[in-house]
Amino acid sequence: MTDLDLDCRGKRCPLPVIELAKRIGDVPVGGIIRVIADDPAAATDIPAWCRMREHEYAGPGEPEATAPSYLVRRIR
Amino acid sequence: MDPTRTDGAAQSRQGYFDAASTEPLHPAARDVWLAAIDDGWADPARLYGSARRARVLLDNARELVAAVIGSKPDEVSFTSSGTQAVQLGMLGTARARDRSAAGIVASAVEHSSVLHTARHLAMERTGQTGPDVRIVEVDRLGRVDTAAFAAALTPDTALACLQTANHEVGTVQPVEAVADACQARTVPLLVDAAQTVGRQPVPGGWSVLTASAHKWGGPPGVGVLAVGRKTRWRSALPEDEREGGRVPGFENVPGVLAAAAALRARVEEADELARRHRELIDRIRQEVPRRIPDVEVVGAPVDRLAHLVTFSCLYVNGEALVTELDRAGFAVNSGSSCTASTLRPSHVLEAMGVLTHGNVRVSLSRDVSGDDVDRFLDVLPEVVARLRSEAGM
Repeated sequence: MTDLDLDCRGKRCPLPVIELAKRIGDVPVGGIIRVIADDPAAATDIPAWCRMREHEYAGPGEPEATAPSYLVRRIR
Repeated sequence: MDPTRTDGAAQSRQGYFDAASTEPLHPAARDVWLAAIDDGWADPARLYGSARRARVLLDNARELVAAVIGSKPDEVSFTSSGTQAVQLGMLGTARARDRSAAGIVASAVEHSSVLHTARHLAMERTGQTGPDVRIVEVDRLGRVDTAAFAAALTPDTALACLQTANHEVGTVQPVEAVADACQARTVPLLVDAAQTVGRQPVPGGWSVLTASAHKWGGPPGVGVLAVGRKTRWRSALPEDEREGGRVPGFENVPGVLAAAAALRARVEEADELARRHRELIDRIRQEVPRRIPDVEVVGAPVDRLAHLVTFSCLYVNGEALVTELDRAGFAVNSGSSCTASTLRPSHVLEAMGVLTHGNVRVSLSRDVSGDDVDRFLDVLPEVVARLRSEAGM
């Protein structure tokens, strides 16, 4: 169950992470955002953002067509 | 041209923070290089006076380099680059191994020349069944674990490869411990020492060692390939008698002499330079996160190259950062994918699991000044803040 899907397909780094940072407040604490991103840097940068901003990287989500997705749980 | 004319060159090197890509020519190398064009031009393989002179000069340079890397002169060959040294070293060592040994073991953060050659070799040796390259993962600091490296070695491992220190983040690798593990399993170990020769002592235990002169202030076009006497090596190229049969083609005698002169000078000043560099890099490591929010300094904090630091700034495009810093008078490199023609970010940052965007590598050259670093620390927060605000952050 995710609270919000962010479709960042076609966006190059650092745009998916910027999008995620802008929208994390739109889900409640404990809620999950699913970021869909086909930029290869997102696979490293989304978990790194979670670590730096003290949120939880909850692993890969369901792919959207050919694009991978990443689950982020809001912690604070 | 006046060989002492350095004012213009020194001017243009202000704010040069990319020594890990290439170090400006050492003044000691410049004079030797110019002299050697007149003195060492003849064919060192011939028997007349000028040729014997070139041979003596070349062998003197070989002795000097051998002493620095802890080898015998006849183990040392000069190549045309560090990359060529890596390629010839890896291909020749693998070729001399038993046909049944096919696998290559390398850390995930090796220089691309090592990883490309590993894939090339594995593909060549295993045919269509796919490459057999075992990549040893690194921790968050970019360091390989000795036990994990040892566990990747198997009886069919033809060759193992490990760098002395990482070229992108500066983390020093446990080369001697890995060398022991390789020796116990009779697997040859190629050590890529490009980032450390001339800067810090060369670790022992290698079977093959490679380096690159322009990284220590020598001229471009000179690499070092050392193959230990006990290491079997067979050329992967057609026969050629130059450089002990290891490197094809006419030797670059003036370049090699200049490289050796630069190395001698660098070794003499290595401790003093390292102390100065460490102080300046410590200042950057400390000040950048203090002056800029949401920055991650990456790589080992203590066991690292003295002259290099890498950090990543959240929400910043790496290419824009490099361009803006250039405009402000600083030459830096970035491992962010936004800076490259490829979509993939640096394999080193990926392997470490650290932020790949907004990445900056600062590597100090020999003539860096404290003022340069202070000016950089003053300019950087403003540049990052501007780029973030343009991105709506």
